[in-house]
Amino acid sequence: MNDSKLSRNWVADHIARLPRSGIRDFFELVNTMDDVISLGIGEPDFVTPWHVREATIYALQKGFTSYTSNLGYMPLRRSVCRYVAERFGPGYDPATECLITVGVSEGLDLALRALLNPGDEVVYHEPCYVSYAPSIAMAHAVPVAVVTKEETEFALDPAAVEAAITPKTKVLLLNFPSNPTGAGLTAEDKARLADIAVRHDLLVISDEIYEELTYGERTPSIATLPGMRERTLILNGLSKAHAMTGYRIGYACGPQALVEAMMKIHQYSMLCVSSIAQAAAIEALENGDGPRREMLREYEQRRNVIVKRLNALGLPCLMPRGAFYVFPRIAGTGLSSNDFARRLLEQQKVAVVPGTAFGASGEGYVRCAYATGLEDIEEAMRRIGRFLDSLG
Amino acid sequence: MTIQEMKQDILRLLRRNARIPDQEIADRLGLEVAEVAAAIAQLENDRQVLGYSAVIADGATGDDEVSAIIEVEVQPERDGGFDRIAENLSRFPEVRSAYLVSGRYDLRLSVVGKSLQEVAHFVASKLASQPGVRATATHFMLKTYKEAGIQFHEDETYERLKVVP
Repeated sequence: MNDSKLSRNWVADHIARLPRSGIRDFFELVNTMDDVISLGIGEPDFVTPWHVREATIYALQKGFTSYTSNLGYMPLRRSVCRYVAERFGPGYDPATECLITVGVSEGLDLALRALLNPGDEVVYHEPCYVSYAPSIAMAHAVPVAVVTKEETEFALDPAAVEAAITPKTKVLLLNFPSNPTGAGLTAEDKARLADIAVRHDLLVISDEIYEELTYGERTPSIATLPGMRERTLILNGLSKAHAMTGYRIGYACGPQALVEAMMKIHQYSMLCVSSIAQAAAIEALENGDGPRREMLREYEQRRNVIVKRLNALGLPCLMPRGAFYVFPRIAGTGLSSNDFARRLLEQQKVAVVPGTAFGASGEGYVRCAYATGLEDIEEAMRRIGRFLDSLG
Repeated sequence: MTIQEMKQDILRLLRRNARIPDQEIADRLGLEVAEVAAAIAQLENDRQVLGYSAVIADGATGDDEVSAIIEVEVQPERDGGFDRIAENLSRFPEVRSAYLVSGRYDLRLSVVGKSLQEVAHFVASKLASQPGVRATATHFMLKTYKEAGIQFHEDETYERLKVVP
């Protein structure tokens, strides 16, 4: 932008006010370096399973390349509703309660814009995915973060949620299993949060993109609890568990009136999701269980290794319940998250994401993704060991 | 994790890579190395793990350059059905694999030899002549694309972004 100054300040105030991501410089530095082992990638290292790619090719061959319904291709909506009901959620009507979106990102944006009036407050937990606070702000609403702590396994304390609620609170935004902490919600946590939502008449947006990457015991979606179906929007998609990030397929399931409101925005701004990606998503949902389980098993085993190694290196690290991230504490090195990440990259060519990328409460931590082959993880751990030695 | 689940997890890892170190198995599954070693020893003892072999590119060893799939039609026996004859055929070292299959023939063997002639001679003199063998059909293998779950051609890989929050 330096060489082309605007003739006046054209940028909308609320966009100008969005903070520039403090870690963008760091990302740009990473991208200029070669031979980096990156634990900074929030997407599967697996290529999309071949049967899904093959179905994509078939969709092209058939010429399935026109617009679909604004809500999404009906056979895909039927697959999604069947899948949700079978795997973790309540039953939804594919005709009126399900919307196919461009990833969870669009689903979240649509939901926030459909729900919020200027000044409404959204309570969410932090450290969290990078887009939550900006997305809330772009919907002219007020982000209210509740900090989750390592001492309580980064679980969301229902009492802290309740304390953050004001008369202006309209939405509770949840993301479990969580990026970046890997924390989960127990059935008891979900019940207590549901009780709070009902008592304070809140709508819950439950970003469950990592739900299918849960290790060990799974509990049903908060939407299945009494009184919750009519006040919960489930956001999910195929990016993570089905290794389809580039396809950009997400979905939203919830009460008809909300889905209808989201669809209005979607039809004017997006029209519909890529038809061939929708065709591929049907294949993944109908026939993708084998590959999905195999990938899940591999992530779980890598998780066991990386947690053991980090703790042995003296970087305390909890055993995540889900997703493919660990969030080790690096505060003991005396470095800030940013300095740790930058110096580790410069000295040992290992990329991790500073915890502060996920909110100020991420200071003292870094995020390492284990969606990377075990050999690279092991080498990265050796390099981190050398880096820690060099700190003395 | 039950003992049964542990053994299944170990078997899956060994099937993917027979050379995986016990230590890596232990780290992946959250076990002690000694537990892994004991479990594998028991699996071998119980003949759940029957052996270990490598997947090798065509022609790399320099011997047994030719292989063939042999379809064998067999007259089953009143006692024991196909087993006795299948086990007899399996004893020949030239036979690398042997399966009883459904369909229009009964046994599917793979046979290796130094040359077309050698394989053809083996089929004619040793297999086709066995009592109970009614017919054989020999398909020489021309190229391997995949074996034991391993592709023989390298897929082009696409480089991911280095950092994605």
